[in-house]
Amino acid sequence: MDKVKVAVLGSGNIGTDLMIKLGRSEVLELTTVIGIDPESDGLRRARELGYVTIDTGIKGFLEQPELADIVFDATSAKAHIRHAKLLREAGKQVQDMTPAAVGPFVVPPVNIQEHLEADNINLITCGGQATIPMVHAINRVQPVEYAEIVATISSKSAGPGTRANIDEFTQTTARGIERVGGAKKGKAIIILNPAEPPILMRDTIHVLVDGIEVDEEGIIASVKDMEKAVQTYVPGYRLKQEPIFDGNRITVFVEVKGAGDYLPTYSGNLDIMTAASVKVAEEWAKNKVSKIIV
Amino acid sequence: MLDRDILITEVALRDGSHAIRHQYTVDQVTKVAKGLDEANVPYIEVSHGDGLGGSSLQYGISLTDEMKLIEAAVSSVKKAKIAILLLPGIGTMTELKEAAQLGVKMARIATHVTEADVSYQHIALAKKLGLETVGFLMMSHMAPTAKLVEQAKLMESYGADTVYVVDSAGALLPHQVSEKIRALKNELNVNIGFHGHNNLSLAMANTLAAIEQGATRIDGSVRCLGAGAGNTQTEVLVSVLDKLGISTGVDIYKMMDIAEELVAPILEKPQEITKDSLILGYAGVYSSFLLHAQRAAERFGVDSRDILLELGKRSVVGGQEDMIMDVAAEIAK
Repeated sequence: MDKVKVAVLGSGNIGTDLMIKLGRSEVLELTTVIGIDPESDGLRRARELGYVTIDTGIKGFLEQPELADIVFDATSAKAHIRHAKLLREAGKQVQDMTPAAVGPFVVPPVNIQEHLEADNINLITCGGQATIPMVHAINRVQPVEYAEIVATISSKSAGPGTRANIDEFTQTTARGIERVGGAKKGKAIIILNPAEPPILMRDTIHVLVDGIEVDEEGIIASVKDMEKAVQTYVPGYRLKQEPIFDGNRITVFVEVKGAGDYLPTYSGNLDIMTAASVKVAEEWAKNKVSKIIV
Repeated sequence: MLDRDILITEVALRDGSHAIRHQYTVDQVTKVAKGLDEANVPYIEVSHGDGLGGSSLQYGISLTDEMKLIEAAVSSVKKAKIAILLLPGIGTMTELKEAAQLGVKMARIATHVTEADVSYQHIALAKKLGLETVGFLMMSHMAPTAKLVEQAKLMESYGADTVYVVDSAGALLPHQVSEKIRALKNELNVNIGFHGHNNLSLAMANTLAAIEQGATRIDGSVRCLGAGAGNTQTEVLVSVLDKLGISTGVDIYKMMDIAEELVAPILEKPQEITKDSLILGYAGVYSSFLLHAQRAAERFGVDSRDILLELGKRSVVGGQEDMIMDVAAEIAK
């Protein structure tokens, strides 16, 4: 089948990791990498790999919009608000990897089917991508009254943006747990651990379910199915332990090892974001292609 | 205005929350805060043990909404200032604003000793709200002194009026406290504080070492009502300082009465250095892990000391209570 053309906007760590992942896709064709610094490592690598590189930002891309139908925006929340408007006018489907949250929240194995036609979606946070699948996995068996997640990441994998706006992480993740995970109430905690060598990302999901009887078997099966679903696009995602049951309280432990494409394996938090965005774009691409055939 | 050499912050209504599984009532907080105010304690910290927003399955759900406790404390004091603790990543600026509206006068913003840059927004907001602001560098034993100084300077640059060396694990030895406080005193222009835990029976010795090197802000918990084996025992501390000719302005007799009549009944059992709290200090583990490790040990049929030692080996930091269950389950395998 024909591949759908895509472009990466932003040539930092996330953009460069995306570039490497997109190079492997069977349904997406990365054509263009857009940055603002021709000397950046990301644009240099893009040139070496033979992609079209644009070093004049969004403006340069809009001069040749035929280069891509899907754009990944890995810049910043502030820049994305402007980009979102311009790209919508240009008729592009856009993935917002920043905390701008212009479009609806998407976690691929939970709700991508509802957003195949969206012109802009947001990927919440790394902690959201790692934990919301599990909140949903429990909620589809038994209603979740309250879900609380604790994301622990290595200090080295938390960039200056995350550090300076840490409330944005906790508040956005909590909203995602409710809107996408289905919990009546959500809460998120983030912890930075400076241990050397850096620790892998770990996420703990504490949940209170509704009802006196807890369907342990059903929940375990659903959680394990979800582990497999996430593994299809994040191979390093795994349950660390069997879920722990205590009355109506359930605790699930997850570890995320990055694929080590551009970012080191301890940056599972960044890897799950780039992997999720490629997954979303692939679903969009399949949807576009199927419509053409029909 | 009373002349004080050292300004004491009483932390039993925050750090002590860990020791009683966050079960404070409005009545308890009202009585203790009123007593502390009458004893002329200048600052009283009130929050969930893990700071604002700490009520959670991870750390323990508060029996009473902490904002209700803060409100009760504010309304029961005449002179004392009510302080709160906030750990960025757990609590947010929303809760900080709410606390300020309730009449809190001091905000203590806490980060792991190497992660001070996550406190920028919260320190800046606290200053903007007109609060006296403290940077609280937790688990200070885990970083070399040069790193501690670098991180303390960040907090100073964000606007903190005071920076604390926080021995969250009760793991520091007196000569280490001296070295750290001396370095901060030399390199910073703001007030320097010390917060100890008594897991190695060194809270008092460490506090005296800190004061000797120039720390002027000191934390204590009356009757040792704090996490692990508790903090420097406030009523003892003010008595010792009085004998040393160092003024705190706190009424010693009244502090003893508060300890005996108001705080002792709150404790489920007297604070002592048990094998588990000793291991916290020995292995350098966050003091609030104590009760969680005991519960996990019981559930998985393993020795709580083995859990705590393993957590120390893995360099787990404050707030990682979820690791306790995880490690316990691993040991049980």
